[in-house]
Amino acid sequence: MDQIFVEAKSRTLELLKPFLPEWGLILASILMSIKVFAVLGPVTMMYLTLLERKVVGRMQNRIGPNRVGKWGLLQPFADGVKMLTKEDIVPAGADPVLHFMAPVLIVVPALLVFAVLPFGRGMTGVDLNIGLLYFLAVSSTTTIAIFMASWGSRNKFSLLGGMRSVAQMISYEIPMVLSVVPVILIAGSLSTNTIVEAQSSLWFAATPWGFFAFVIFFLCGVAECNRSPFDLPEAESEIIAGFHTEYSGMKFALFYMAEFMNSFTVSAMCATLFLGGWQGPLLPSWAWFMLKTYSLIFVMIWFRGTLPRFRVDHLMGLAWKFLLPLTMINIFAVGFWYFNAGIVRWLGTAGILVLSFWTLSRLNQDYVLEKRVYRFAD
Amino acid sequence: MNELQWGVKLALYAVMGLSIIAALGTVMLPNLFHSALALIGVLLGSAVIFLALHADFLAAVQILLYVGAVMTLVIFVIMLTERLNDKTLVQRNSQSIAAAIASVVFLFLTVKTILKTAWPVPASPVPPVEVSDLGAALMGEFVFPFEVISVILLATLVGAIVIAKKDKPA
Repeated sequence: MDQIFVEAKSRTLELLKPFLPEWGLILASILMSIKVFAVLGPVTMMYLTLLERKVVGRMQNRIGPNRVGKWGLLQPFADGVKMLTKEDIVPAGADPVLHFMAPVLIVVPALLVFAVLPFGRGMTGVDLNIGLLYFLAVSSTTTIAIFMASWGSRNKFSLLGGMRSVAQMISYEIPMVLSVVPVILIAGSLSTNTIVEAQSSLWFAATPWGFFAFVIFFLCGVAECNRSPFDLPEAESEIIAGFHTEYSGMKFALFYMAEFMNSFTVSAMCATLFLGGWQGPLLPSWAWFMLKTYSLIFVMIWFRGTLPRFRVDHLMGLAWKFLLPLTMINIFAVGFWYFNAGIVRWLGTAGILVLSFWTLSRLNQDYVLEKRVYRFAD
Repeated sequence: MNELQWGVKLALYAVMGLSIIAALGTVMLPNLFHSALALIGVLLGSAVIFLALHADFLAAVQILLYVGAVMTLVIFVIMLTERLNDKTLVQRNSQSIAAAIASVVFLFLTVKTILKTAWPVPASPVPPVEVSDLGAALMGEFVFPFEVISVILLATLVGAIVIAKKDKPA
């Protein structure tokens, strides 16, 4: 049961063996993996949109979509048809090359990351020995596509939204990268498979440094996906729709797809690095992976349904003044963890991190205005 | 070589050709934003060439730093320039012909030198460098340049903050 997909792939390759030469078999193996990811990505995104609408609906005390198919399960197909049949409007003064290439260039990195996610035991797409660095590198190219979208639309609101979005993304990339360094230190490798196997005794999120790193990585991931509460660049009441204002139809669908695929990959990476990936007692490994990933996605949707949006200076202040020093102290704390043992390391690491968290919170408190005294005419 | 290796070789030559076309686009396109995007194409092409030469860490870091950070900075700067794609922007000046001839001569000399040099090729394939070896070298043998670079980075950050600060009202 655990290796059902691996078995299916090797059986299919054996069936093809008499027909193809050796290089054809290698090519067929690669194409099968690519086909799985190319289908998995958009289907995941489609049902994530439905999940979000239902969950946010329930949090707002209403039922989500339930007309199209039982429990609204065919709603994504209706949405797809709607997106495909909408008119593709390109603004008159828009730069045609930039306006056209931006949605394409934002979906490609989102799909490329699926290759390094360890979906189960022996079920990584490509087991690169720099898997984690590949994830960070490829997801950092999204900023270029957002620049292209905002500049190519020739719309002041798009440009403003795009600039804010790029500023937010580059600010939150730094704590994201630094919060992963403790994991690399303890696991000793950048390969996602090795990191999952290094958590066979203790999940990294159960350690003090791992817990802080988990929360920081998750928050930075939510900010990277431009999701609530970090969605100032694309908030409807703030800036119309930010960098994807001037996009309609399929191009908007591509932006939407990229945002949801990014949130899936960030949750999956978070589950891999901190929550033990596909490790778990009874269920098959891929079921554990999906369970952990979808719980983190549920938390992201929960954030969306509950929290109000951040103001832009609070947004940037959180990244630079709070998360960045905390990640650096986390790296120091994990060094302490590595060189000590027993109760000393648990108490020491927890002490360092709680103390620094408290100090940074106190230092980051805004100036509180003194309470006004009103004198009414009596 | 079997067909798959032929396919890989052909794809690699195609990527190199596209990188050269993108490099030509960087210097010849009239729209400044388009030439920045062509530069991104060149950087991605060189990352692919690094991958083909088994330098995967270098390829990932090239994309992370060059495309993700340096090009973001370049595009920010481009957005602050005034005349982005003015049709009256001059692409050439009176020295174009002399520059073209000099470039071709330089190219000819460089290619001739490269083809004539006896590059030392090891007998067996070189094993790929592990990331941990790179880290150990950076902290061991090359620790002094590493620290000097971090001091330079600190100076750059301080300078940028000083320049960008608002002046106090007199």
